[in-house]
Amino acid sequence: MFKYFNPNKVFFITSKAPKYVLILFIIVFTIGLIESLILSPEDYKQSHSVRIMYVHVPAAWITLGIFSTITLFSVFGYIFKNPNFFLISKSLAPSGFIFNIIALVTGSIWGKPTWGTWWAWDARITSMLILALFYGIYLLAWRIYQTQDQAFKVTTIITILGIINIPIIKYSVDWWNTLHQPASINILSKSSIHESMLFPLIIMTAAFALFSLLIFLMKYNTELIKIKNKGLDRL
Amino acid sequence: MIIELINMNGYGLYVWSAFAFTLLSFTLLYAVTKIQYVKEKKKFASKFGTLNSEKASFARSQSINRAILSNISNI
Repeated sequence: MFKYFNPNKVFFITSKAPKYVLILFIIVFTIGLIESLILSPEDYKQSHSVRIMYVHVPAAWITLGIFSTITLFSVFGYIFKNPNFFLISKSLAPSGFIFNIIALVTGSIWGKPTWGTWWAWDARITSMLILALFYGIYLLAWRIYQTQDQAFKVTTIITILGIINIPIIKYSVDWWNTLHQPASINILSKSSIHESMLFPLIIMTAAFALFSLLIFLMKYNTELIKIKNKGLDRL
Repeated sequence: MIIELINMNGYGLYVWSAFAFTLLSFTLLYAVTKIQYVKEKKKFASKFGTLNSEKASFARSQSINRAILSNISNI
């Protein structure tokens, strides 16, 4: 199965894909912006400030998804001794980190008109901040540890420790008394959000996912070329 | 209508700054990633150029190296 993850074969696709992903991202993002800023209705309580949700929520979803994927690939990479899995994890991290920062900053901006404060040590916000720290440590570990084996080991430990935080983020609104409201969107049961707001949210999530795919592909190609550069030195 | 869109019932500053921050973050991340990508490609091309014919033909025998070289023209 792992032969499909062979970088030599994958590079043909990953080197050509970014331009198509970029075009698709621009189209979907433009539709998402029109929907979220112009066409979607204002909230009866929060008025137009609800529009911040269309960047805040997708960013939070994507950053959680990326960290979970990084952990999965790191653990599998460590178990199956597959360096390409680590390359995938490393290439995913920058976009995950940026989405985490976007979620924190836009959440802070949303907090001011909604709760009357830019920041609160609320369980959801604090656990998201901890996730940002894990992303930061993870990215730093790749810079600090030059030996491949050491970097693989340390980054896997960081992701395993960090993944404990993911269910805490998800259920923090249920476990503790927080400023955040409980989830409005449920996959298994009926969502409490109206369709007119759900549609732009889905479009923006798709746009954000495409952007993270674009950054991942570019970063993955860069890492592959870096390896090949070292290979040329050894010739 | 445009003033209404900018003002957003007094929430314009919050909404627009949140979207602007997102756009700025996207642009910066894309630019940094692109610069690193182009830099590595150029490094590869210049290193390849310094190889003697025997080493160059060996390096060229690897399909990924050929793919990188063909990609460099697209920078």
